[in-house]
Amino acid sequence: MANENNTISITYREAIKQALRDALRADERVFLMGEDVGRYGGAFAVSKGLLEEFGPDRIMDTPLSESGFVGAGIGAAIAGMRPVVEVMTVNFSLLAMDQIVNNAATLLHMSGGQVNVPVVIRMNSGLGRQLAAQHSHSWESFYAHIPGLKVLSAGTHEDARGMLLAALKEPDPVVIFEYTAMLNLEGKIPAGAGIVEIQKAAIRREGKDISIITYGPGVYKSLEAANELAKLGIDAEVVDLRVLRPLDESCFLQSVRKTHRALVVEEAWRSVSISAEISSRIMEQAFYELDAPVHRLCGVEVPMPYPKHLEDISVPQAGDIVNMIKKILQHD
Amino acid sequence: MIEFRMPSLGADMEDGTLVEWLVKPGAAVKRGDIIAQVDTQKGLIDIEIFEEGVVKELLVGEGEKVPVGKTLAVLDSTEHRVGIKASPLAKRMAAEKDIDLALVTGTGEGGAITKEDVEKAAAAVISAKIEKTAQVDEKKEATELLETSSARHNIRQAIASAMSKSNREIPHYYLETKIDLTRSLAWLTETNRERTVKNRLLPVVLLIRAVALALKKVPELNAWYENGLVKKEEINIGFVVSLRGGGVMIPAIRDAGGKSLDELMTALNDMIPRARAMKLRSSELVNTTITITSLGEGQVELVYGVIYPPQVALVGFGAILEQPWAENGMLNVRKTVSVTLAADHRATDGMTGSRFLTELNSLLQTPGSL
Repeated sequence: MANENNTISITYREAIKQALRDALRADERVFLMGEDVGRYGGAFAVSKGLLEEFGPDRIMDTPLSESGFVGAGIGAAIAGMRPVVEVMTVNFSLLAMDQIVNNAATLLHMSGGQVNVPVVIRMNSGLGRQLAAQHSHSWESFYAHIPGLKVLSAGTHEDARGMLLAALKEPDPVVIFEYTAMLNLEGKIPAGAGIVEIQKAAIRREGKDISIITYGPGVYKSLEAANELAKLGIDAEVVDLRVLRPLDESCFLQSVRKTHRALVVEEAWRSVSISAEISSRIMEQAFYELDAPVHRLCGVEVPMPYPKHLEDISVPQAGDIVNMIKKILQHD
Repeated sequence: MIEFRMPSLGADMEDGTLVEWLVKPGAAVKRGDIIAQVDTQKGLIDIEIFEEGVVKELLVGEGEKVPVGKTLAVLDSTEHRVGIKASPLAKRMAAEKDIDLALVTGTGEGGAITKEDVEKAAAAVISAKIEKTAQVDEKKEATELLETSSARHNIRQAIASAMSKSNREIPHYYLETKIDLTRSLAWLTETNRERTVKNRLLPVVLLIRAVALALKKVPELNAWYENGLVKKEEINIGFVVSLRGGGVMIPAIRDAGGKSLDELMTALNDMIPRARAMKLRSSELVNTTITITSLGEGQVELVYGVIYPPQVALVGFGAILEQPWAENGMLNVRKTVSVTLAADHRATDGMTGSRFLTELNSLLQTPGSL
C-alpha cells in the first residue's frame, strides 16, 4: 500500500516472493528448484502462485534429497543456467554441505579459473516457530567459514526484496539466509525497491554511545532496543552486517572507533561464532579505541527447547540488549 | 613499605625545608619522578624518588624544616600501577594528556577507568594549573627580591662550610701539566664544520670526555674517602657553574663515562641554565664522584682547586692560551691548556695523579678516539 512518502508496507515473505518474480522475469536462465516450491507453493508459501505464472520448467519440485538437488543446481549453474536453489531450512542444508563446500566453493579454484559456479542457494534459518532442537538451527557461521562462498543475511525487508537480484549477478556461489521468524513481519520499503548492493554492511541507526553489531533477526531486535535506550538518553548505533562473508570490517570498525564500545548480537550459539570473529577483529584493529570490553549476546548453548517461553529465552531479545547496554554504560 | 627521607644533597647539608609536595597520597610514583621541592642552602632543589610505589602518607607539611634523614613520606611498594583497571582508550588518552591514572577514579564496569573519567581528570588538572599560575604570579612579585638575596646568602654559607671542612680535613696534593691542544682543536673545527650551529661542540666537552676516559684507566680518583678509599663504579662528574653575582653550583653529569661527546654537550646545555636558575634535581647533587672546574675564557692559566668532600680529586682547567712550545728541538707557538689536579693524599699518592694527567694528555692528542 503506497503512502505519501512513497514507501509501501510489505511482509518479509512477500518481499522475497517479489524478488523471485522479478528475477524469473528478468532472465530466462533463472529457475527455482527445491522441496515443495511448486505445487505446494513453498513450505512457507513464499513461492505460492509462481508455478502457475512461470510453469513447471522454471518452478521445479525436487525429491527430498538435499545433496542431490543442490548438486543438480550446481551442475546447472556450471552449464550456464542461473538456478535459485531453495533448501527448505538451514537444518536440512547439512545434508547438502558436501556439495556446497566441496563443489560449489572449490571448482573455480580447482579448475584453474575455468569453471565458475553462479548458483544461488536460499535457506530459511533460525527459530521462533517452536520447531525444537532439530529444526531451529542458525548455521550462518558454518557457511561464513568457507572461502569461495559469498554469504548474505537478509535482516531487513529491503534486503529480502533486493539481495536475491544482486546474488544472481554474481559469477560465484552465493548463500542467502532468510529468517522463518520474520516471514509474517511487516515492514516498510521504498515503493520502487529492488536490487541492493551486496558488498557492504549498513548502519541501520546512527548513534554515538555504543555500536550494536548484528545480523538477521538481531537487526530489528537491536533497533527496538535502541529506541528503548534512546528514552534513557543512550544513543546506540546499529550495524547490520548483511554480508557475513567476506565481512565488511571497515564498516563496524569505523563505528567502534566512533562509539568506543561494542555489543555483538546474534541468535547462533556463542562458541566459534560470527560474533567471536567480529570481536576478534575489533581487538586486532581497534583495541586502543575501546573504552569497554567487547561484549556479546548470543544464543544459549543448549539444544533448542520446544516450549515457547523457553525458546524465547534461549536467544537474545530486545530487552536483553537494553539490559546489557545499560550494564556496559553503567547506567543506573 | 618504603620510607622516603630528606636526602643529603652534600656533605655540608644538615637540614632542608620542604617547600612543596608535588604528589598526593594515592599517587603512583616511579624512579626518577620529582615528588617534592626542598629549599636548601643551595637553593630550591627538585627531589627525586628512586623507588616505585604508591604514596601512602605525607609526614611532613609544606614549609617545615627537617633534618637530613627524617622520613618525609611513606610509600607502599606493593600496590602500584598493576592494580589500575582502565580501558585501552582511557590508557591511551591518559598517556597523551599526561594524566596519572592512579589519581583517576574509575566509573566504568567493575570500577574501570573510562574515557569520560580521563576527560574529567584532564579538565581538573587544567583548572588547577590555571589557579596555581595565578597564585604564583601574585606571590612571586612580593617575594622575588627577598628570595634572591637569601638564596645567595645560603649558597655562600654552604660553600664556606664545605670548603672549610675540606681544608680542615683533606691533605691536598697538587700536580700540574700543560697540554698541547692543537690536535684537539683542529679536530673540533673539523667536526663542527659538519654540524649545525645548534649541535656544535665546545672545547670543554672534549676535556670532560677525556677526564671521564682517563678515570676509567685510573679509577682511584673516581672515589669517595669514607674511612678509606671507596672507588665508585659510575663516573658522575660535578661541573662547577659560576653564578652571576657570586657563588657556585656543582651539578653532576651522571654516568659521564657512558656518554658520548654529543650527549655530554646536551647534558651541559640542559644543566648549566638550570644551575644558574637554581633549578637542579636532587640526583644531580648527590653521588658526585669527582669535580671539574674550568675557568674557560679569561687569562688565568692555572687553578688550584679545593676538593669537595667526600670526593678525592678535583681537576682544574685554565684558559686555553697560545704559548711557546718546544718540541723535537724546535720552538713553536701552540694553543695549550694548563691542567691541575688537586687530590686527597689520604686516598692516593702523587704517582696516581701523575698517571691520570699523563693519560689525560695522551687522550687529548688523539681526539678522534674521544
